[in-house]
Amino acid sequence: MDFLLDEEHEALRESVREFARDVVAPVIADHYEHHTFPYDVVRQMGKMGLFGLPFPEEYGGMGGDYLALCLALEELARVDSSVAVTLEAAISLGAMPIYRYGTPEQKARWLPKLVSGEALAAFGLTEPGFGSDAAGMQTRAVLDGDEWVINGSKAFITNSGTEITALINVAAVTGTTADGGKEISTIIVPSGTPGLTVHPGYSKVGWCASDTHELSFDDCRVPAENLLGERGRGLAQFLRILDEGRIAIAALAVGLAQGCVDESVRYAGQRHAFGQPIGDFQAIKFKIADMQVRAHTARLAYYDAVARLLAGREFKQAAAIAKLHASDSAMANARDATQIFGGYGFMNETPVARFYRDAKILEIGEGTSEVQRMIIARSLGL
Amino acid sequence: MNIVVLVKQVPDSGAERNLRSDDNTVDRESATNVINEMDEYAIEEALRIQEAHGGEVTVLTMGPERAGESIRKALSMGPDKAVHVVDDALHGSDALATSKVLAAALGTVNPDLILCGAESTDGRVQVMPHMLAERMGIAALTGARKLTVDTNGAGGATLTIERQTEEGYEVVTASTPAVVSVWDTINEPRYPSFKGIMAAKKKPVTTLSLADLGIPAAEVGLAGAYSAVVEHAKRPPRQGGTKVVDEGDGGVKLVEFLASEKFV
Ligand SMILES: Cc1cc2nc3c(=O)[nH]c(=O)nc-3n(C[C@H](O)[C@H](O)[C@H](O)COP(=O)(O)OP(=O)(O)OC[C@H]3O[C@@H](n4cnc5c(N)ncnc54)[C@H](O)[C@@H]3O)c2cc1C
Repeated sequence: MDFLLDEEHEALRESVREFARDVVAPVIADHYEHHTFPYDVVRQMGKMGLFGLPFPEEYGGMGGDYLALCLALEELARVDSSVAVTLEAAISLGAMPIYRYGTPEQKARWLPKLVSGEALAAFGLTEPGFGSDAAGMQTRAVLDGDEWVINGSKAFITNSGTEITALINVAAVTGTTADGGKEISTIIVPSGTPGLTVHPGYSKVGWCASDTHELSFDDCRVPAENLLGERGRGLAQFLRILDEGRIAIAALAVGLAQGCVDESVRYAGQRHAFGQPIGDFQAIKFKIADMQVRAHTARLAYYDAVARLLAGREFKQAAAIAKLHASDSAMANARDATQIFGGYGFMNETPVARFYRDAKILEIGEGTSEVQRMIIARSLGL
Repeated sequence: MNIVVLVKQVPDSGAERNLRSDDNTVDRESATNVINEMDEYAIEEALRIQEAHGGEVTVLTMGPERAGESIRKALSMGPDKAVHVVDDALHGSDALATSKVLAAALGTVNPDLILCGAESTDGRVQVMPHMLAERMGIAALTGARKLTVDTNGAGGATLTIERQTEEGYEVVTASTPAVVSVWDTINEPRYPSFKGIMAAKKKPVTTLSLADLGIPAAEVGLAGAYSAVVEHAKRPPRQGGTKVVDEGDGGVKLVEFLASEKFV
């Protein structure tokens, strides 16, 4: 039984912490304010190998594991969630499906540039009318000779419209199963394919420096060999991808929760009221102590889920618990940190205001909190 | 090209730093220790030269056992191997003694180019490159904000630096072997990648003692130091400061204040 990181993972955590402090922190507020995508930060993240963390060296990866990815996400999100989710989506939703299900040709074509961070990939599952009930999707792909013809639309797709987006993994209905259900498959749609429209970015409450678009497909044609993995395996593929991605989102949420503690501790020592630092008031001390408890326990929950994943054990319930608890913790810590900052906490220029705005989506994206509870209850036989 | 980068472990300049009460040396036990910031730029420069011209990059550190952490971190950026001079008798060595030890250790590697930071954040004496060059009978190019390497095909190279000065820069040239010290304007050091971190575990680190280098213990350390810190005191707490209220003459008052403090 061991909750302690080995030296190498600890060193990675430190390296990403320094990167977040020196490279992300100075520029992110400006990108956030102006809703611009931080290309230069992403380029530097690529240079230090973050996009290649869980991939083997043969594709230019770092040969690390899922824990390495989670630690990097946590340290980034401790400073900013937009860059963290850009990395999370690029790996878990973008490159990982290709690594896991792609043909040797697909891997050789796409992975090197995704793994180096030169290019980003996205995953299009959610539709304007179907989110939690993803299997209800309406987007269809029909095989016409040696091409798939895709029609439909996708909503809220992260990383789908940057200048360096290379492809979108699109989940679509490709037929009917033997028992009359929907046959769902995943198809790789390269950016710029005629018939694919990337709509203007949304005006979001948070994650303002990350890239999110609605997509529509209008007789969008791609070669038949762009099918990712087996035909009809789409549902199984994205359930696996989402189970894993939940651990990554939990790590990101822990980063935000810990960032709230960091900022609060600093401010509590420096802000004075009634002739003393506000950190001398028990009301503030206890609030911060509770925040630390949440960040810490949420971290243990995701460590446990990663440990099960890495050991090849069943991790579905653990991942759902980690995601649910970590996003709750992030939300609660953001609320408390903003309270500790008083009026300044309500000003967009303070990091805690960004934390406050970024926390809510964690209870929604990659499976809402209700969906996590459904998964947990189901795993208990309910 | 055979490059050695001098890397020193120092107490983090962003955290609380102290001198020891018993012998007035830097308290390295209770401090958070990091790689001297300027040295990271020297490592980066060495790696860039290696990428362009090939060769080997060796990290050289003199310091206690725990400086091994900084050596690992330096290696995780990309250098091939390291030499660690560690010996209890080195405690309290001044710059002269340190340069004697480093010069001897450099002799075991026989580098074409020695790169180092322009200063360390603990001592800040800026003399090491000069002392090393003097002891080794080679050129010193100090305070570089830019370094150009023109290889001559015979294993050597012409080194040209832009030497940063208060007014601008000077162009200085020397041929290898030489010592070059760099400022933080020269490049942007890379962050260790996970692959680099994993690889660093397996890179060779040679440890050398004073006996290995043939240097008598009496010539180094506190006892052998030419300079000594006799006593030290904490920096006095910051004073209240001066408030200038603008009653139409704010500008004049500001200038008077600056002049009285000899800032202008
Ligand atoms: C910024 C952002 C980025 C995103 N990035 C991506 C992306 O890259 N790729 C992608 O495919 N999707 C992405 N999404 C979509 C996200 O995954 C969905 O928004 C999420 O899954 C919820 O779906 P929905 O919005 O349709 O909500 P709905 O499913 O309509 O849910 C509405 C409410 O009903 C609840 N609910 C639904 N069903 C049940 C039930 N059976 N029992 C109890 N309660 C229920 C939900 O929990 C929720 O509270 C992103 C969303 C956002 C906001």
